[in-house]
Amino acid sequence: MSAVADTHAQDHHHGPASGISRWLLTTNHKDIGTMYLIFSFTMFLLGGTMAMVIRAELFQPGLQIVQPEFFNQMTTMHGLIMVFGAVMPAFVGLANWMIPLMIGAPDMALPRMNNWSFWLLPCAFLILVSTLFMEGGAPNFGWTFYAPLSTTYGPPSTTFFIFAIHIMGVSSIMGAINVIATVLNMRAPGMTLMKMPMFVWTWLITAFLLIAVMPVLAGVVTMMLMDINFGTSFFNAAGGGDPVLFQHVFWFFGHPEVYIMILPAFGAISHIIPAFSRKRLFGYASMVYAVGAIALLSFLVWAHHMFTVGVPVAGQLFFMYATLLIAVPTGVKVFNWVATMFRGSLTFEAPMLFAIAFVILFSIGGFSGLMLAIAPADFQYHDTYFVVAHFHYVLVPGAIFGIFASAYFWLPKWTGHMYDETLAKTHFWLSFIGMNLAFFPMHFLGLAGMPRRIPDYALQFADFNMVSSVGAFMFGSTQLLFLLIVVKCARGGEKAPANPWDGAEGLSGKYPHRRPTTPFPLPQK
Amino acid sequence: MRVHAQRAGALLGGLSFPALSFADWTVNMTPGVTGTSNDIFDLHMTIFWICVAIGVVVFGIMFWSIFAHRKSQGAKPANFHENTLVEVLWTLIPLVILVIMAIPATATLVDMYDTTESDIDIKVTGYQWKWQYEYINEDFGYFSNLTTPADQISNRQTKGENYLLEVDNPMVIPVGKKVRFLLTANDVIHSWWVPDFGVKKDAIPGFINEAWTRVDVPGTYRGQCTELCGKNHGFMPVVVKAVPEEEYNTWVADQKAAAEKERELTEKDWTMEELMARGEKAYALNCAACHQADGSGAPPAFPALKGGAIATGEMAAHIDIVVNGKSGTAMQAFGGQLNEADLAAIITYERNAWGNKVGDMVTPKEIFDYKNQQ
Repeated sequence: MSAVADTHAQDHHHGPASGISRWLLTTNHKDIGTMYLIFSFTMFLLGGTMAMVIRAELFQPGLQIVQPEFFNQMTTMHGLIMVFGAVMPAFVGLANWMIPLMIGAPDMALPRMNNWSFWLLPCAFLILVSTLFMEGGAPNFGWTFYAPLSTTYGPPSTTFFIFAIHIMGVSSIMGAINVIATVLNMRAPGMTLMKMPMFVWTWLITAFLLIAVMPVLAGVVTMMLMDINFGTSFFNAAGGGDPVLFQHVFWFFGHPEVYIMILPAFGAISHIIPAFSRKRLFGYASMVYAVGAIALLSFLVWAHHMFTVGVPVAGQLFFMYATLLIAVPTGVKVFNWVATMFRGSLTFEAPMLFAIAFVILFSIGGFSGLMLAIAPADFQYHDTYFVVAHFHYVLVPGAIFGIFASAYFWLPKWTGHMYDETLAKTHFWLSFIGMNLAFFPMHFLGLAGMPRRIPDYALQFADFNMVSSVGAFMFGSTQLLFLLIVVKCARGGEKAPANPWDGAEGLSGKYPHRRPTTPFPLPQK
Repeated sequence: MRVHAQRAGALLGGLSFPALSFADWTVNMTPGVTGTSNDIFDLHMTIFWICVAIGVVVFGIMFWSIFAHRKSQGAKPANFHENTLVEVLWTLIPLVILVIMAIPATATLVDMYDTTESDIDIKVTGYQWKWQYEYINEDFGYFSNLTTPADQISNRQTKGENYLLEVDNPMVIPVGKKVRFLLTANDVIHSWWVPDFGVKKDAIPGFINEAWTRVDVPGTYRGQCTELCGKNHGFMPVVVKAVPEEEYNTWVADQKAAAEKERELTEKDWTMEELMARGEKAYALNCAACHQADGSGAPPAFPALKGGAIATGEMAAHIDIVVNGKSGTAMQAFGGQLNEADLAAIITYERNAWGNKVGDMVTPKEIFDYKNQQ
């Protein structure tokens, strides 16, 4: 390993390529991390625009702005873009930036593959978004693309959608391999596994989840591809196939996928809360075990998404019990964060505000998850707005607020400048109010009986839909403020000290900002 | 809030809101009218209050820390970062709560799955985008379609009280009897839901799912399809009328007589005008959702019939596609869904409406013969 480091040391004079080739050819983990984050935010705005179309149509009963066909394309593309384009790449971007800094590695273990796994993503999303302009329109069967609606009855663009999913899967798997290779091989001497920062731990486990389930997703879309284009009948009952098989395979991917979208946020929050409480993280070891337990259990609960498909009663009970069990390690994490804050010395800069909102609102999403886990009650909640409220509560103030908290926390490290704290706090409060206004009433709508994925609704749902739309417009437009804050911070501002947060711990605070783009050699084992 | 929301709406849309006079601010599930729905409601409230209690404790400690342990108030950080006893306790206590919660949930679930000893069996079939109800032991069945006028949906007309929740032929069941539903689908997956019964079950092509209910209070109960099933997923409501047993028996007798009458229509001699008149109505009910009322369709998924190759081409091919459908597409086989009179009327109508001028007609008898020789 030292030979590699020496070679790097002699490469100093090369520097990065200039112009566009710097970004096309870069193997630098920071450049790639930046590209992931920019890509993710672009997709966040695109997916958000689609959410605005959905909320505008649902602002009042009746069909006003779009027709049902296009409405279904919007809900589908919104989900796919937010899951695969916004949330997942954002965490890969954070991993690229922070994991080498946190474990004292000069770069990611596989830098060229790192470049490739990023550049596959814009290609995949170009294909996915281009389906909007194809004859017959974009995929319109929901982000869960249940067969046979997505096979026999899908639009002609479905094949392009399948290809895009394949490319995204390849990208994710390569990203995951890179994280595992880096974390297992390139830690600074003395950093044992149980001394790793929480963000590294959560990402290591997330990477194993990705490698386990992305091939399952690839499998299910390949079966769709065969059904659509090559006359097989995996999911076609008329040909002896089984539409329910699709759901089993999809959710075997889909449930671990929801933890893929939240575990890295758990890790980041476990850095931020101690930093602004000026107190060590409570229960480090139990945090690690809890993440491991959540990851293992996530493989055993997939059918709780399918309580109404007619799973036999014994299966129903198994999946109900297993799902309830996940509340235990998740509870441990929340209790640990609260115990970290307890008797600390708290300040409330933007990262901390987002982190506190994360804990409270993610817990509310967890509570509705607990309610959904009760199988008999799920017969009433299933496929209503209650579910929409639930997963937006775990994904928006969970994943997205986790990303915002991380961005504000590490922006000084990334840019060398402090961001504008007043603007950042404004961003937080507008997002917080807008998000709750948008998603809290959805609980009421679901309990009152409004199904999800409908472009028009009965009159008793009118009031809360209007409130929800107003909140969504508020939340959506507020995100432009985030763009402004980041651009402002990248272009200049108050110089940030090497460790901008006085409670923060770890290796990353020991490096100067903006290390040279050529990797910095460190002693290796 | 309501006033503000209304003002904001009026400002943005420039429209008045007669709709809001029906709206309400319901925030909770309703207990419903069956034993199952009441059991579910109790479970729902129990788990809800458990969540509230946990939330009060956890968020309480958190807010106390935020309030009392602020740096600006001179708080000095303590030095503890683990405590085995506390950590074991907050792992075990939630576990115990969950076990306590799982017991009544298991009992309710087992009861919901007990579909034995039913008094009446009704087969429910989901179609894009309507429900078919077949009374298996009574030898009749019918389709249940949305009746909300298109003008209400497109805001050209004031919306009615049961906007999007009204159908032409509701399911009718007697009160006090155990009714078993056998659910399946003809095309994609649908889901049949009546919130007041606590019954929701997916209707899946190739599968027959079971569910049951016993309703004690007469009334009209409304629900919707809850599994995304394509374009008009939001427009296939479920309406069930629970009536006293004598009324139910009379209704069954009427339905049987009507079904017999429908069958006689095949034998009748039809004129072009009669077929066109019947065809227009049947087309609006069964075909217009995809091919549009003016035959313009929505290509490429739903081809135009106005000037279309099939509707203006060979009669045999036209009959074939309507009766047998076209595999691999959304075009269903209507041979089993509609009676011969409706099939003949629709085909005749399609060949001679919207400027299509083929001029020929097909009689119900010819359709009957066509179906029998297959």
